[in-house]
Amino acid sequence: MNTQHFPAIEIKYLSFSYGEEQILTNVNCKIDVGSYVGIVGHNGSGKSTLLKLILGILKPKKGKVYIFGEDNSLSIEWSKIGYVSQKAGISISHIPITVEEVVKMEKVSNQAIDEALTSVDMLKFKHNLLRELSGGQQQRIFIARALVKKPQLLILDEPTVGVDVKTQETFYELLSRLNTEQNITLLLVSHDLHTISHKVKTVIQLDRKTYPYNLTSCSVNHIHEPYATAH
Amino acid sequence: MNPMQQLTELFQYGFMVRAFWAGLIVAILAPLIGSFLVVRRLSLIADTLSHVALTGVAIGLLLGINPLITTIICTVITAYIIEELRSNERISAESVLAMILPGGLAMALILISLANGFNTTLITYLFGSITAVTQQDLWIILGIGIGIVVIFILFYREFMYTSFDEESARTSGIPVKLINHIFMVLIAFTVSMAMKVVGALLIGALMVIPVISAMQIVHGFKKSILVSVLIAFISVVTGLIVSYYANLPAGATIVMTSISLFALISLLKKV
Repeated sequence: MNTQHFPAIEIKYLSFSYGEEQILTNVNCKIDVGSYVGIVGHNGSGKSTLLKLILGILKPKKGKVYIFGEDNSLSIEWSKIGYVSQKAGISISHIPITVEEVVKMEKVSNQAIDEALTSVDMLKFKHNLLRELSGGQQQRIFIARALVKKPQLLILDEPTVGVDVKTQETFYELLSRLNTEQNITLLLVSHDLHTISHKVKTVIQLDRKTYPYNLTSCSVNHIHEPYATAH
Repeated sequence: MNPMQQLTELFQYGFMVRAFWAGLIVAILAPLIGSFLVVRRLSLIADTLSHVALTGVAIGLLLGINPLITTIICTVITAYIIEELRSNERISAESVLAMILPGGLAMALILISLANGFNTTLITYLFGSITAVTQQDLWIILGIGIGIVVIFILFYREFMYTSFDEESARTSGIPVKLINHIFMVLIAFTVSMAMKVVGALLIGALMVIPVISAMQIVHGFKKSILVSVLIAFISVVTGLIVSYYANLPAGATIVMTSISLFALISLLKKV
């Protein structure tokens, strides 16, 4: 299937609830190839739920999610998607795992590992233990692991939690570079509207009670649009 | 008699030879599984399944069939239930284990009470006994042990990715739920097999202590698995020899040896 002309992600009339508790109602959203999008919202607004629905980890009560034109409930071509989870670094503080071993969790060649580490400027740490690195450096390693399969879409869940402001700057520079130089579509989830709105090209704000709406990165005027489109 | 002759004398007894073989197989499997349990912070699963294993033993003794077989059936079913409840996300993993661990013990006690006997036999499973490993047990342990090692080699990447980061593993195309179920079944088999040598109440220690000892001194996760197997080997061999000559329980001696090695490694790291 030629996926060139499809949006990276298209969400149609998506609803989800945990039992009686309605989390998302009739969400519509389209993220075009090459976009750099941030999803923001308060705790409990449904950001992580939306991400899990996009990745097919949760099944919607209603509606559909299409990844590069393919219904994600039928099949997902995982080689096109890189994902950096919020929990990526949780269990490593007491484990002597090397940077190389982390990236090698993806089934790829040694050359591809070196290329991915080079793209995030971390090749010189290849043989270091992950726990020896700072929070920001660890995030770069997880991005390298997501990039190693050369994805067209990179999804990051709260990537800068626990990372200092200076490191955040270089981190966002890296993401911009990946977006502009490699044309990777980026989808970022964060609770920090202020930071995100200055970094990404488009912001989708989630509110439990309303549809998501579209903001531009420099505007604080909320534009209520039931159909948020990111370009 | 010199020490070498004394050691040779040890292997003149069939039960000691069987105990050594069974112990060495367990020494490979326990840290292999334990390494991933430590990563998942689920070390308590081994203890939970070992308590359920006692129910399996009681059923086997009640029905008059090899308790190893009923133990494997009981632990595999429970492992499946634990994984289903754990992946549900509405009940925390700790709560699931806190419910099933005493449940397994309670069921075993009820069955023992109903049968009105076999307390002595059950004690050998609780604390392990080097004289209790039969030839049939050894063949079962060997066969299952080879199976577990082969599955581990084949699915090493999948086990590793799923243990470290379940969500990212899913986006790598790994069937996470299936891998988790397979892993749980492997724990169930390992616990069941190790019971006679180390004892149900002590197997959790052999799965975890060599692993955390190795993790202090090595550089790399794969190396830590290999070194933890070596530490478990030393613990089992030393423990069995000491238990034979000092007339001490084998499982307890093995576990105390592994704790001593952990203390020694910790001390050397500080120096």
